[in-house]
Amino acid sequence: MLFAARRALLGRASLSINCRGRPGHFLSTLAILEQRDGQLNAGSLSAFTAAKKLGGTVHGFIAGSSIAAAAAQAAKVEGVEQIVTVENDAYEKGLPESYAPLLVENIKKGNYTHVVGGHTAFGKNVLPRVAALLDSQQISDITGIQDEKTFVRPIYAGNAIATVESSDAVKVITIRGTAFAPATAEAGSASIVPGADPKAGSTTEWLSEDLAKSDRPDLATASKVVSGGRGLKSKEEFDKVMLPLADALGAAVGASRAAVDSGYADNSLQVGQTGKVVAPQLYMAVGISGAIQHLAGMKDSKVIAAINKDADAPIFQVADVGLVGDLFEKVPELTEKVKSS
Amino acid sequence: MSALRILVPVKRVIDYAVKPRVNKAQTAVETAGVKHSMNPFDELSVEESVRIREKKRAPGGVDDICAISAGPAKAQDILRTAMAMGADRGIHVEVKEGDDLEPLTVAKMLKAAAEQQKSNLIILGKQSIDDDSAQTGQMLAGLLGWSQATQASKVEFGEGDSVTVTKEVDGGVETVRAKLPLVVTTDLRLNEPRYASLPNIMKAKKKKLDKVTLKDFGLENEKRLKVLKVTEPPARQGGGKVEDVDGLVSKLKELGAL
Repeated sequence: MLFAARRALLGRASLSINCRGRPGHFLSTLAILEQRDGQLNAGSLSAFTAAKKLGGTVHGFIAGSSIAAAAAQAAKVEGVEQIVTVENDAYEKGLPESYAPLLVENIKKGNYTHVVGGHTAFGKNVLPRVAALLDSQQISDITGIQDEKTFVRPIYAGNAIATVESSDAVKVITIRGTAFAPATAEAGSASIVPGADPKAGSTTEWLSEDLAKSDRPDLATASKVVSGGRGLKSKEEFDKVMLPLADALGAAVGASRAAVDSGYADNSLQVGQTGKVVAPQLYMAVGISGAIQHLAGMKDSKVIAAINKDADAPIFQVADVGLVGDLFEKVPELTEKVKSS
Repeated sequence: MSALRILVPVKRVIDYAVKPRVNKAQTAVETAGVKHSMNPFDELSVEESVRIREKKRAPGGVDDICAISAGPAKAQDILRTAMAMGADRGIHVEVKEGDDLEPLTVAKMLKAAAEQQKSNLIILGKQSIDDDSAQTGQMLAGLLGWSQATQASKVEFGEGDSVTVTKEVDGGVETVRAKLPLVVTTDLRLNEPRYASLPNIMKAKKKKLDKVTLKDFGLENEKRLKVLKVTEPPARQGGGKVEDVDGLVSKLKELGAL
């Protein structure tokens, strides 16, 4: 209701501005979509959710080698007017030296007042560069939108929540994915139009990538996450104890920084201030003490369960349910009971 | 290969192990009387710079390692720490207590400093653990028009000014090659920072520390973001403990999580 009313008001305001001959000052948002090998990153559709909350018109942006299918998929999101596409191999890897000028050109061409992308490795890499080129102070990792210039974001590893008001003409924003559910592609019918291509060269060259392969759900978007810490003692034990539990629950696997640093788990599995921020239905912390840097990455989970042998571990202060005991005994028992239930 | 002139921006922040508290007026986090240290990611930047020199990793050698920090007088402690770790000298950009700079202003300041110091490699932390913005390095690279390699876990130097950087990305790592001049931001896996030894702390006191102001760089502390309010996050109440695995399963079912 409020949303609709505000949109109507904004619409009227922009109309009157337009009448006075200052076009381009109405609210319009460019949502940056991510793709890999022509596949739309479904999580990046969260940018549409945030864009729609802002009000005003919503466009999407996608660039890369072979993006027709991804653009068509994004065009089905309700309430999106246009998908701007730039098909060029040069942008496939999202190198900021060429991708940032590409975005700047399209932001200027479209007279957007807001630019929204995910606070992902890609968004963190490219968008601050875009913001600097636009002389705009980016607002990072927002979890809430109060109005078109007022945003809520966690600071100090989520130990404080700041509400900030931006005075920039173009607001460049990265969003926390877990705070804005991805928009679903349904019956929308956005037009797909080619964007401007400044053909800026990149001063860096993409060489290779090495991505962890996994059949388990993606950590950032999984509805259940089981996470292991230093208490697992070794990589062999981590795999032996945590993976069967994850499979029994259909959960993604996460890890604390201690577990990652000790080599028990891959760095991409790290949950916390310096790793991924997750907010699943169930977060099960196994052998994790609960340092503030770890809590920063998971304390918005719906239900937190903890298994730890130290009854005084700080994780129990936030866990909805805690079990004090030896994880090497309790976790296999839990795995069996989950399987048989 | 050109000799490296490395600029290392460092920031003084509330120590990572301290749980920050919001002040009574809800305008900021309480900083008075709270332990501060160098931002952990910046320690990695200093360490990496010093290792590049010590291990002779750059074919052209390392000419200079200059640490720079903007902040109140106490920011000098952080610069001395950087010098005790091996930086050659420091630049302190004096800013009034509580008059924090936004990342865009810091990036503009660092651009001016890099040009003045003829830097060709700038190594920054990937984010500061107070504001958690993760912007400054990328903004700086954009303003300078330099290459950038963010969230680095490995930096290798080759012939002809080429630098190969392995970066932490979602789901794994990615490797890119750039040429100097270059901006690198550090990730945790890059190295393990050293502790400054007592003799090195003593030596650091004699190293050169220049004091400048934003005005010297032709800048003002322009604020684009107004902080309206800072609050504590909603407190999460622990739900108590259960006796055994059966208790855990039934509680999880009760909570709708299983």
